[in-house]
Amino acid sequence: MKFEAIFRVVAKILIPLIVLFAFYVHFHGDFSPGGGFQAGVMIAAAAILYAVVFGVDEAQSILSQRAVAFLAPFGVLLYAAVGLCALLSGKNFLDYTVLAHHSKHAHHIGILLIEIGVIITVSCTMIAIFYAFVDRSR
Amino acid sequence: MSAIEEGFVLKEHLPALIVVVPMVVAAAVAMTRNNRVAWAASTIVTWALFVFSAMLLAEVTNVGEISYSLGGWPPPYGIEYRVDIVNALILMLVSGIGAVVMPYALRAVDKDIHAGMHPWFYCTYLLCLCGLLGMTVTGDAFNIFVFMEISSLATYVLIALGRRREALLSAYQYLVMGTIGATLYVIGVGLLYIVTGSLNLSDIAGRLGPAMSDHSRSVMAGIAFIFTGLSLKLALFPLHFWLPNAYAFAPSFATIFLAATATKVAIYVFLRLYFSVFGAAISFSQFPVVEVILVLSLAAIFTASFLAIYEDSIVRMLAYSSVAQIGYITLGVAIANKAGLTGSIVHLVNHGLMKALLFAAVGAIIFRVGTDKLSKISGLGFKMPVTTAAFVVGGLSIIGVPSTVGFVSKWYLGVGAVNAGLWPVTLAIMVSSLLAVLYIGRVIEVVYFNPVCERCVKVKEPPLSMLAPIILLAIATVYFGLDTSFTGDIAIKAAEQLLEGLKQ
Repeated sequence: MKFEAIFRVVAKILIPLIVLFAFYVHFHGDFSPGGGFQAGVMIAAAAILYAVVFGVDEAQSILSQRAVAFLAPFGVLLYAAVGLCALLSGKNFLDYTVLAHHSKHAHHIGILLIEIGVIITVSCTMIAIFYAFVDRSR
Repeated sequence: MSAIEEGFVLKEHLPALIVVVPMVVAAAVAMTRNNRVAWAASTIVTWALFVFSAMLLAEVTNVGEISYSLGGWPPPYGIEYRVDIVNALILMLVSGIGAVVMPYALRAVDKDIHAGMHPWFYCTYLLCLCGLLGMTVTGDAFNIFVFMEISSLATYVLIALGRRREALLSAYQYLVMGTIGATLYVIGVGLLYIVTGSLNLSDIAGRLGPAMSDHSRSVMAGIAFIFTGLSLKLALFPLHFWLPNAYAFAPSFATIFLAATATKVAIYVFLRLYFSVFGAAISFSQFPVVEVILVLSLAAIFTASFLAIYEDSIVRMLAYSSVAQIGYITLGVAIANKAGLTGSIVHLVNHGLMKALLFAAVGAIIFRVGTDKLSKISGLGFKMPVTTAAFVVGGLSIIGVPSTVGFVSKWYLGVGAVNAGLWPVTLAIMVSSLLAVLYIGRVIEVVYFNPVCERCVKVKEPPLSMLAPIILLAIATVYFGLDTSFTGDIAIKAAEQLLEGLKQ
């Protein structure tokens, strides 16, 4: 779509907004509907839109297939690491109270951290699926 | 702060670790590019899980039930992991089978899976293991669904990785059936959640009785959804159609692992819900539940055994035999007395052992000969004596010959049926064993009493890494058939515990 100027301009405006909205959904996930899953899908949607408009090669030069395959399990590890932190300090798995002195504060940090793991894994998995489909037709 | 809360004590956290460790390592394995590292990590983890399971079993037999609240949220509000003697035994089975067959994977996966895909294969295997162990260890109805999905999704991938093109189709078939099963299950859980307001299994058991008087329709609908969904997952006749294809086209290591563990865990969930939750809250005597299970079990045993007799592919024959063996396990549920249920539980373990053995032996035959068609492996008994001998041991156990594990389970089932006054069922168990003689006998005839075929002339035994697990499983099949003090005694205790809550 090299000559589709409207597409390119609109996409350039939209993509940052999509990502911004994704982060809004993400960071409000702990006290309103939303969270890492929904935000991850939105980020993936932004990346896929970029790939559709500017070409897959361009997209893969920013976020390669190897990077995606690395980051998807990395998010799971981040999530688990939060749980293991609690375990190593003698509390039950995923007990956030070890993360800060104040229980409420600790839960806030805990949920935010695991949701970051979720957003990484979900968005990278979606992008990986997209890359896999695109690769088949090439 | 008490002394327990300071620092990390392994023993305290075993119920969580048994799920967390395979999941973390699965993610780590997915990051490696080295096939050998992926295999080694998976093997070490599987053995570690086996040790964890053994520690849990020791703990529950000595001390009693273990309850672990995830995230420190007390049950019934948070997710509770609950280990008692029933699921500790299943944990032992799942992780034990995995541990024994992991060395087998080294060469089998080399042959079955494209070289670049090995880390992903081991990653999905570990996720499947994680899901199965999670389904077993959790005491939360919705958590069961989550782990069911983890293990099922991993299973679809494992099956689809088979070398033949049919693998994709059969994985897709299983995906459709498995998703329907999981959906029915979660609809049922939703209905029960509406009427009881709880997802914790023991809490549901307490609240279901009172809820029954006001909402008997929703409760019965919920139970029906859950049992139908689980029956699909455990391949109860006539919902078994996904199973033969799935086993036949999966990579041989996946077939061994799944055949020995996946349906068993689904049956465990069935037992747990049937006895500890619904049976404890509601009297089933006013509904024809027992009759339905009895008829379906007998239909499974006979239909699947007949189908097995006419199957040319040994893997498919064994798959049909699995459907029949699941019939025996559910038969014990229908008999529902101490001996019958002991038979069910002991057969869960025993069938896991002998099917792992049989599929491992056939996997080795496919590894060397390249086919599992009966018509193309005549005389193989002289070329692969150890493998075929191990197959015969497994086969005798399927038939139920004394001194093998198969005899132990059939003995308990038969005694249970007699105690319950169901003489025709005892007779059916004996007659169905004769059908097993036919389909196992066909293999024995072809490999020992037919001349060596051209294809098999240059065939030799599989490599030691494959042969050792086969021999080990064969020894276990005979050992646990002679000495039932381990499996039998635990199964009796487990049956007692399940029947304890049952409302007459």
